[in-house]
Amino acid sequence: MTATASEPIAPAPAAADVDPRANSGRKPRLRDRAVKLVEAATTPLMPADYMDLFAPLRPGAELRGRIISVTPETADAATIVIRPGADWAGHVPGQYVRVGIDVEGVRLWRAYSLTHGPRGDKNISITVKAVPDGVVSHHLVHRCPVGSLVHLEPAAGEFVMPDVNGGKYLMVTAGSGVTPVIGMLRNLFPVADSGVVSLDRSKNFDITVIHVAPSEPDSIFLRDLQALDAAGKIRLIARYDDTHGFLDVNDIPSMVPDVAERITLACGPGGLLDALGEHHARHGLPLIVEQFRTSRVEAGEGGTVVFEKSDVTLEIDGATTLLDAAEEAGMLMRSGCRMGLCMGCLVPLEEGTVRDLRNGDLTTAVPGESGAVKIQTCISSPAGPCRISK
Amino acid sequence: MTVIQNKDANPIAHLSKEDIAEIGRKLDAIRQEVADSRGEKDAAYIRRVIATQRYLEMASRGVLLFSKFPPAWILGTVGLSVSKILENMEIGHNVLHGQWDWMRDPKIHSSTWEWDNVTPSEAWKHSHNEVHHTYTNIVGKDNDLGYGIMRVDEDQKWYPMYIVQPAWNFINACFFQYGIAAYDLELGKNLKKPKDKRPEGFAEEVKKVKTKIRKHMTRDYVIHPGLSLVTGSALETMAANLVANWVRNMWTHSVIMCGHFPEGVETFEKEMLDEDESRGDWYIRQMLGSANISGSKAMHIMTGNLSHQIEHHLFPDLPSNRYAEIRVKVKALFEEYDLNYLERPLVPQVYSAWHKVFRLSLPNGFTETTTVKNLPKQLGLLTKMVTGDKRTRRALQAHLDAKVARKRAKVAKSDVTTAA
Repeated sequence: MTATASEPIAPAPAAADVDPRANSGRKPRLRDRAVKLVEAATTPLMPADYMDLFAPLRPGAELRGRIISVTPETADAATIVIRPGADWAGHVPGQYVRVGIDVEGVRLWRAYSLTHGPRGDKNISITVKAVPDGVVSHHLVHRCPVGSLVHLEPAAGEFVMPDVNGGKYLMVTAGSGVTPVIGMLRNLFPVADSGVVSLDRSKNFDITVIHVAPSEPDSIFLRDLQALDAAGKIRLIARYDDTHGFLDVNDIPSMVPDVAERITLACGPGGLLDALGEHHARHGLPLIVEQFRTSRVEAGEGGTVVFEKSDVTLEIDGATTLLDAAEEAGMLMRSGCRMGLCMGCLVPLEEGTVRDLRNGDLTTAVPGESGAVKIQTCISSPAGPCRISK
Repeated sequence: MTVIQNKDANPIAHLSKEDIAEIGRKLDAIRQEVADSRGEKDAAYIRRVIATQRYLEMASRGVLLFSKFPPAWILGTVGLSVSKILENMEIGHNVLHGQWDWMRDPKIHSSTWEWDNVTPSEAWKHSHNEVHHTYTNIVGKDNDLGYGIMRVDEDQKWYPMYIVQPAWNFINACFFQYGIAAYDLELGKNLKKPKDKRPEGFAEEVKKVKTKIRKHMTRDYVIHPGLSLVTGSALETMAANLVANWVRNMWTHSVIMCGHFPEGVETFEKEMLDEDESRGDWYIRQMLGSANISGSKAMHIMTGNLSHQIEHHLFPDLPSNRYAEIRVKVKALFEEYDLNYLERPLVPQVYSAWHKVFRLSLPNGFTETTTVKNLPKQLGLLTKMVTGDKRTRRALQAHLDAKVARKRAKVAKSDVTTAA
């Protein structure tokens, strides 16, 4: 505080005097009352529970979207166009969206890059490659019903063009890491029936793309990249593991001589990003990275369990339940039947894998993907390191 | 073995320890098979039921806006009653069991669901899921046996107040949702205690129930009748809500009575819950402590599939729409091990439960020793038992017991004579 003594200091209003609606006039107050009245008519449900039956994409609803179309890109990749709910706040090219989709009746969440810039029709699109053992990606690519609802979260992510007015960039992509880059490029250089469209706002960009893929046919969006290259909008350096061998980041200066003048944006597997990070740090070069997938958790026997809210960390073997171990350590745990019947002991698993001791079933929570998953502590034992919100 | 029977024939005397272990393994396998095959169809089922119930409630309440016209009143009241029953039984009860938790839909999850019942979900999950389902039919442990207000087993000591239990049971049926709320709070027991001796959080729980009662009353008897003022149907709407709540109460009470009260359902003693109750033993207790209602698919849905009470008690967390297919396998298992699979249509099952309520409202041996001829004398004896002190009761009970013993001996003798 720098107020001088001569300045009269207005007394802060006591909390009780402050009506949050005081400045908003009569209308909101009337509306609040109306809302209360409707709520009283629908208790124990909320009015929204009924409105969701008719208009799940209305303003004020939970963020959802309807799948408009599924277009194959390659044999195992498809672009999915989604009409988002009215409250979709838009996105910046390069950002991703978390999509919650019901596969075999189970809601699973995954993050996907938005592969178009903001579109005229207000729809959004994601491009999904069916990865081996990928339950969600296979569902989306091969059997996703058009017209069905998906759940969405607002677009997020820092992997965006640092300057919308232009600049010199190097984009390094590998595998499905191409998707956010395509989102940015499509925004800068839209493609019409007549070919790549030149926009005024895009003319100050100088972009080189190093695109890495296992082999040429596997490369999604290669057509788009090649078209942009042919139109002179970008410089494409395609690298295929089967013909060029694995990319060595130390070769980049020879492939892109002016790399030092460029801001590098990279998206791909952890190994590549780590190597690139190390290389750029050594040479003092700017780098912006995005990594999709945390490395898959291998289920083991037992593990270190962090109980976040209680600030307790326990080593638990694979034969002891979370409930028993936590109680043994003096924690107060909610529990009921201790047989897995009553659901009295549910806690959110934030990260990690647990094993159901009755039958060996595994349940995994991946932050940023599945979200927290509620598990029963009385029948679950850690199968690797876990984080629990308790 | 943990199950002790007070009957002449122990229904599981023929099972060895290995048999019981094998039954446990077989039931575990059935459970796993269903758990592994849960999927899209099941998810679609519960979503369909929930949507149906919501449309039905809206439509019924809409029709009731014009309930001044008798056909609208009837249509709306029937619709609202069915909707409330669906909401409580097939949806609320089963969601709160965690039967749909596997879908990971936060809106259809045991940890978030709140039902149209004055007992809060949280309190009910404790008294029902934890206490009742773990200690099924153990006298003194499972308060669902008689809800603490009724005598449901010969082994429970008879007190004069039990004479009115049929009336009690009927009143409880009419106000069932309030009865359940009081029961979840253990209201009787706790109100008797001085304030400082009541369990921690009791006042808080009472407050929650009061809030729910206030909200539900406001909805059913103020808001919706208020909306009907426009058409002059306020009183009719209020009456329709009252009737719908009553119908729902009567129906849920009847269905629930059929689950554990009918004649032939076994009850168990506290001592049986020794520390070594194996998984198989636990399963056996659920199998013999429950009774099914047979009937159409509509009947199963309207009972929340609690018509498959035996299957529900074996696997309370499996989705309700799968109990019908589980029943086939479970019934085969009962037959294989020569166990009594207690299943009757609704009416005989309800009759049987009520019969038991009446029978046990009287002292042990009373009905057995009463004939038309000695009725006046017996009624005199009953009056003495109701009004007399502890000693009189004990003496008269001994008299009744002796009479029963003599009668049984006589029957046994005549059997021998006939056989000879």
